[in-house]
Amino acid sequence: MNKLPEPKQPEKLIDEKGLRIDGRRLDQLRPIKLEVGVLDKADGSAYIEQGKNKILVAVYGPREAHPKHIAMPERAVIRARYHMAPFSVDERKSPAPSRREMELSKVIRESLEPVVLTDLYPRTTIDVFIEVLQSDGGSRCAAITAASLALADAGIPMKEMVAACAVGKIEGKLALDLSDAEDKYGDADIPVALVPNAGLVTLLQMDGHLTIAEFEQGFGMALEACKTLHAMQREALKKKYATVKEEAEEAPPAEVVA
Amino acid sequence: MSATPQLPPVAKLEQKTVVDLVSKGKRIDERTPESYRPIEIQVGVIEKANGSAQVHLGKSKVLAGIKIETGEPFPDTPDEGVLTVNAELVPLASPSFEAGPPSEAAIELSRVTDRGIRESKCIDMKSLVIQKGKKVQVVYVDIYVLDHDGNLIDAANMAALAALANAKVAKMEMKGDEVVVKGGHHQLPLNNHPVSVTFAKIDKTVIVDPCLQEEQVMNARLTITIDKNGNICAMQKGGLNGFTPDEIRKSAHFAVQKAAENRARILAAGKG
Repeated sequence: MNKLPEPKQPEKLIDEKGLRIDGRRLDQLRPIKLEVGVLDKADGSAYIEQGKNKILVAVYGPREAHPKHIAMPERAVIRARYHMAPFSVDERKSPAPSRREMELSKVIRESLEPVVLTDLYPRTTIDVFIEVLQSDGGSRCAAITAASLALADAGIPMKEMVAACAVGKIEGKLALDLSDAEDKYGDADIPVALVPNAGLVTLLQMDGHLTIAEFEQGFGMALEACKTLHAMQREALKKKYATVKEEAEEAPPAEVVA
Repeated sequence: MSATPQLPPVAKLEQKTVVDLVSKGKRIDERTPESYRPIEIQVGVIEKANGSAQVHLGKSKVLAGIKIETGEPFPDTPDEGVLTVNAELVPLASPSFEAGPPSEAAIELSRVTDRGIRESKCIDMKSLVIQKGKKVQVVYVDIYVLDHDGNLIDAANMAALAALANAKVAKMEMKGDEVVVKGGHHQLPLNNHPVSVTFAKIDKTVIVDPCLQEEQVMNARLTITIDKNGNICAMQKGGLNGFTPDEIRKSAHFAVQKAAENRARILAAGKG
């Protein structure tokens, strides 16, 4: 039997050495893996692992708006769907969209809207489909980071990519990139998305309890982390095209068919 | 799925007027950038509810009703009552509202209000237990938007807080396996009073309490909910664009001051 242990509340979120339950420092991100162009049918796609988060994003479009009445005459309509797989969390989640998923779809779409050059594709839709295969805290931020890569992979003209990261408070201390347990038993969580070169914050939410000074310090930590993630996004995108180039160079010259 | 919303068509000239005024430090309704519209609060307007309040924020009208019923606690919080917040954007309130399942705007409105009340630990949830793990009081906060002239988030938050401050709970006890009414009521105990302050960015200027005309031209919106000790308990950015980090820091400081002002008015009304 594949019986999972019941998730228990950890005794302490920070140990005597100032390290967190997964051994990280307070200002340290979880291990991150980014891949671009992972799906065959989508116009663009990306995959992110951040801690135990495993998230797939596909972009379709710009394509003809369906149903037609949602089309806008001056710009493309962006549609986003954040969806969690039933097996992505401790207790099975019903596949029907929850209120949380509807809110997240909205804030994720709004975080991406400012960078996409929507006025180039009037009367079309650009669809961003996010499937959380496994969730481990901070999934909306990881989803935004991956969604930006998928949009770039689809060749959709953008000002730049959006990077997102959360900062939170655990046992009275500010900590970067909260994991599931830290989010659940912590005191606050602030997801932030940044358009780094424009210096624009396009996602900002918060729940919990923070003084103004704590907020300012934590917000600063999150902005720095977004810049780190932005560099990783660019690397991931470059890596994809480096492999394409290698393949092209290695391939034998095409035979001429008579 | 969330799609870019289709805003009702607003004449370019009207849009330009609103934007031009804001960039000159003025506003379409002659307010200053940092002032709210007149706030009127009436409590106890619905006799059949445990608590209720109607808020007029300028021409925006929001009614909040509290219903308290017995139910079961969540398994992970056996010694706490249950809070449920719901918002309805009923079609009589605006030409852009439609009947049917809740829109994402309605869901966001209820979730942002919920976050403020929940995260500030506004309601004394422990006081709602009738029998630990078995029976608790469930507090339903239902927000009804009656007339939409902008900044529904703040109007809904004010209405919810005033209605909670006005709410009475029936005294209950267990007799065997049954919950029985002991007779009499007491005030719903509140430990905190969260107040939201909503900002809108228009062109390059940040204003508070946007009216509908301003919402139709704003780049982005930011709500910051402050508890009675001047700490932040909830935030939500909305809209198609963003804020600079500096604008956000300034707004957070300003929200503390403005929330204190508005809190005093809401609580004064709630006692009525």
